[in-house]
Amino acid sequence: MEFFFASTILLLAIFLGFELITKVPPTLHTPLMSGSNAISGITLVGAVLSAGTQYSQLTSILGFGAVTLATVNVVGGFMVTHRMLDMFKGRK
Amino acid sequence: MLQLLQDYAAQIGYLVSAALFIFGLKGLGHPRTAVKGNLMGSVGMLLAVVVTLLDRQIIDYRIILGGLVLGSIVGALLATRVQMTSMPQLVALFNGFGGVASVLVAGGSFLEAVGRGQDNLQMNVATAVTALIGGVTFTGSVIAFGKLQEVISGKSITFPGFQFLNVLLFLTCLGVGGAMIGDPGNSLFFWALAGTACLLGILLVTPVGGADMPVVIALLNSYSGLAASATGFVLGNSLLIIAGALVGASGLILTKIMCKAMNRSLGNVLVGGGTATGGAVADADEVYAGKVKASSPDEVAMMLETAQRVVIIPGYGLAVAQAQHVTRDLGNALEARGVTVEYAIHPVAGRMPGHMNVLLAEAEVPYENLKEMDEINPTFEQCDVAIVIGANDVVNPIAREDPTSPIAGMPILNVDKARTVVVIKRSLSPGFAGIPNPLFAADNTVMLFGDGKEAVIGINNALKDSE
Repeated sequence: MEFFFASTILLLAIFLGFELITKVPPTLHTPLMSGSNAISGITLVGAVLSAGTQYSQLTSILGFGAVTLATVNVVGGFMVTHRMLDMFKGRK
Repeated sequence: MLQLLQDYAAQIGYLVSAALFIFGLKGLGHPRTAVKGNLMGSVGMLLAVVVTLLDRQIIDYRIILGGLVLGSIVGALLATRVQMTSMPQLVALFNGFGGVASVLVAGGSFLEAVGRGQDNLQMNVATAVTALIGGVTFTGSVIAFGKLQEVISGKSITFPGFQFLNVLLFLTCLGVGGAMIGDPGNSLFFWALAGTACLLGILLVTPVGGADMPVVIALLNSYSGLAASATGFVLGNSLLIIAGALVGASGLILTKIMCKAMNRSLGNVLVGGGTATGGAVADADEVYAGKVKASSPDEVAMMLETAQRVVIIPGYGLAVAQAQHVTRDLGNALEARGVTVEYAIHPVAGRMPGHMNVLLAEAEVPYENLKEMDEINPTFEQCDVAIVIGANDVVNPIAREDPTSPIAGMPILNVDKARTVVVIKRSLSPGFAGIPNPLFAADNTVMLFGDGKEAVIGINNALKDSE
């Protein structure tokens, strides 16, 4: 992807992120953090590609490590966020 | 034809997935939509992974499936077993995993591209940036985990010249990164850069004291997003760039909120040392001598019996003493007597942003009884009894009154304005700011010395006996 195109996307997404997250009530700070943490595990997409090409033994090992760790990040992050939000639910 | 279709399917999948992340994050920002937001985020992630699996570059699925299964099991176990008090550690750990995964992905793709002779300047620079940010995120998060789990001392650990060393390490990273970009064929530079970044992460977080952890966790959260974004530049994948940038921005906002709530600048937190320098610190003996009144659970119960409005101020000491559930019992017992009970939550009560709200929600304290600082502060004058459990600096009136104090200007709960204040605390030892608290010696304050949980149980029993 062309550098300036990619940078434009980056810049717009950062501004969007600022707009989305302002004025979140403190009650939700912890779930927001663990939920966004899970989203940052999106690197899993790259890990899957890297692990699947079987270019060399080294890249396969790196890929396996990356898939495993990113999956822990993603699965654990979304599940624990759900668990927390569940406690808030129903008592409002 | 089929190949073209596959490529389009992946691109459309990524596009939908990016939209789901955006809606998901928006949802997470509002109490009513938070559960749905989290679900949308996870659906977006699932979609992204599924369309990636269809990519025709992939020639073998065994390693991928192995990693997915192993990671899911570990993640699910951690997520379902963790105690709510340990939530900050877990988030730190997940952060670290995300950071190191980004480094491995960028490294793997870089080595492969170089081997195939397909590397280019953008990829090489982005790989260097990922190695730097991801490496710092990884070890920084591990150290934060260690401190929160109390495997490592929670105190600020510094040594002479550590700031100089950090600058030196950062410059080394830049130098090695430059060498890597100049000579991509030599993979040694990549590993050297990742290693130096890891060392830098350790040294950046080690000096940060336990009380400043909310800021560090938020900042590392932001870094892990930025690392994913940089990986997007390596792979030329816009979904990674977008998702990473969203998380990076949200982490930065939370970092700013936390810094403001603690009256610290980000630089000051990272430099460490706990308290801001300067300002006359009053002598503890002078503040407390002859003025502190110790009380008993029975006496506190008597005060509560005649109260109409009670405000409970939970600090991290409450979580340490595991007193959330007995505190809820106290609240319920008072409400059963017709007393209005509210909980005043300071923004940095707990070890990560919003932590205290989660702990009280787990103990089934009604959501509508939790009041934010700005909401409850003007009402302390109408409060008959304020019960402070395991909080110190966040109720120190010095912050409001003495402009030379180290915590001057820090937003506090105006507990001292309540008619009567009960402080449950082990001793008169200072909080993280290291200064005495005149609230403990105030005319309208009584101290109930002891473990938070036992003290509250004592009050509960005394209340029951009087029925």
